Amino acid sequence: MSLSNESLNKEPSSKPSANTSRLNGWGNYPTIKSSPLTIRHTQDISTAIKTFQQNKPKILPPPSLIASGLRRSYGDSALAEQTLHTQTLNHFLTFDATQGVVHCAAGVSLAELLNVFVPKGWFLPVTPGTQFVTIGGAIASDVHGKNHHLDGCFSQHILNITLCLASGESIICSLTEHRELFLATCGGMGLTGVIVSATLKLIPIESAFIQETTWKTENLAETLEQFEAHQNATYSVAWIDCLTTGKHLGRSLLMLGEHATEQTHANNLKTAPPSKLNVPFNMPSALLNAFTVKAFNTLYYHKTRQKESQRAVHYAPYFYPLDSIQNWNRLYGKKGFTQYQFVLPKAAGLEGLTKILTEIVNSKRGSFLAVLKVFGAENANYLSFPMEGYTLAIDFKIDPTLFAFLDKLDEMVLHYGGRLYLAKDARMSEAMFKQSYPNWETFQTIRQQYGADQCFNSLQSQRLGL
Amino acid sequence: MKKNILIIGATSAIAQATLRLYAQAQDNLYLLGRNQEQLNTIAADATVRGANQVHIAVLDVNQFETHQAKLNQVFETFQTLDIVLIAHGTLPDQTACEKDVHQTMTELSTNGISTVSLLTLLANQFEKQQHGSIAVITSVAGDRGRQSNYVYGAAKGMISIFLQGLRNRLYAHNVQVLDVKPGFVDTPMTADFKKGALWAQPEQIAKSIVNAIHKKQSKTLYTPFFWAGIMLIIRNIPEMIFKRLKL
Repeated sequence: MSLSNESLNKEPSSKPSANTSRLNGWGNYPTIKSSPLTIRHTQDISTAIKTFQQNKPKILPPPSLIASGLRRSYGDSALAEQTLHTQTLNHFLTFDATQGVVHCAAGVSLAELLNVFVPKGWFLPVTPGTQFVTIGGAIASDVHGKNHHLDGCFSQHILNITLCLASGESIICSLTEHRELFLATCGGMGLTGVIVSATLKLIPIESAFIQETTWKTENLAETLEQFEAHQNATYSVAWIDCLTTGKHLGRSLLMLGEHATEQTHANNLKTAPPSKLNVPFNMPSALLNAFTVKAFNTLYYHKTRQKESQRAVHYAPYFYPLDSIQNWNRLYGKKGFTQYQFVLPKAAGLEGLTKILTEIVNSKRGSFLAVLKVFGAENANYLSFPMEGYTLAIDFKIDPTLFAFLDKLDEMVLHYGGRLYLAKDARMSEAMFKQSYPNWETFQTIRQQYGADQCFNSLQSQRLGL
Repeated sequence: MKKNILIIGATSAIAQATLRLYAQAQDNLYLLGRNQEQLNTIAADATVRGANQVHIAVLDVNQFETHQAKLNQVFETFQTLDIVLIAHGTLPDQTACEKDVHQTMTELSTNGISTVSLLTLLANQFEKQQHGSIAVITSVAGDRGRQSNYVYGAAKGMISIFLQGLRNRLYAHNVQVLDVKPGFVDTPMTADFKKGALWAQPEQIAKSIVNAIHKKQSKTLYTPFFWAGIMLIIRNIPEMIFKRLKL
């Protein structure tokens, strides 16, 4: 006996879900009503884009559509009226074990990649401060890590990208093939198309551990000197006390790291256990106030007693300290927070950083996590954030007066020739963006050339006039 | 020892999460599913993750007359089968089923009868082998009929009772029969549902399945565990009251 089966032969296709849901980025600000387009496999992306293009009203501006992965960008870059969720595109496609070259679908998370490849002796060439981002998201934000001064951004280790364009057609781009599209897509915040898959070169490791050295510094000048003195260290980042003023302004813990070797950590290629801590709901935001934050900063700084200390630490707590607390963003309460990350060119150095840091310290808005890092050379991508110089990232709890304060910081950043990181941004003005990202017009021209401006838009791109 | 594992409905989210765990353990996989292209992707993924061998074949579970031939292919490739996981299924549109007998029958076939056919053939192989594990994904929906999805519930409930009998029959033959009853799972099948605190990820379900198979548990596995408590209550509400509820 056999039953013909119509309902089964109807391919589960991408369709706007019946219900719209409220979406937000990692900072819980802003929030948008969005209808998700469910993607089950690669072919669905093309279908979803074509359907969107056919059904969109002919009036301008077009409704916004953007790809969305694990939504760890802080602001509104992955928010749109329709979002294309890539989380089910989580397959590895090929792996060349001699070269460490992996081809995988865009929805694979860095965590998953590490889980599979660390035991085989491979590691990410560049990793941001959380492993809960997708490969597609890491390319779109062209993320950087603690080794930027030596190894550049994530995209500099990408051999090629398969991109689904506004036409629904997929195209392979790289530094040699459709070069301009590649340069626009890396750091392009998803605005050129939907990243379907990518080929990435991993680095070999002998151990899953990092040999960490921590230097305690007394002030900002010393922090920058120490960065300079350790410019050959593979990984370097400074946690900076953003509440102490006066002669200790900018006192830091500079953390350097090297991959441990087989001699010290033989046969130790274990991966990270999943985290057990969780923040189950939004905390009252009053919990984070000038007093608690000051206490935390002081304790944290004095936790390290000696001028120099060493330890071996697993890659997970080393690179992803906050991943051990699920939903830590809820600590900032339901109004959310924004992370302000700017970069200043090297020339602005100590003077610029001192001015801006003083402004932040005096505002008493500082938070638990202020991170300072030296960037190496800028890459050729049109919208990639890093440039040679210094970057500082600080979380700010959202309150009614915050944005006016940040506008003031924007002016200072602009004055020193710096800019803000699009993956963190939720509020900068169109003027600020266009003055600080000089290649935005080239970017926009390429978008127009591929019809992407009429198809892929986010709340952020609309705000920034792209 | 590398295990020989057959997965039917390999493209389902729970099946994929489960087969990845076996792939990482370098086992041998035989994957049956409806969509060739998806099977290719899943096989590539399993290979990268470390599976020793990966075989794939297309199977439409409602073509009952093809079952024996397909399974013979599997038995030829793997002389013995250590584990079979049956995971295929759809989520019927209950309202549509109420208006269309044909659709109701189709759904019962996809989610119920097709599995009975496959299990009948597989059981004889396992009985002959005198070892192995049979795991089938059913549902908490099979524990009690509710107006919102009793077609699905009836199909899954049928399998659960079938599995009870099979467990009883194969006990003497050293064969484990595991009835996996997941609660709400966040998969493409349930993409249109609003998700709340009771929802689990396919990876959690996969871990509990692999764990129960490893421990040779021949039983009903509610997963995540708290569904055992919830369903104990649901099953024990007197019908007098239950029939009035909007569930």
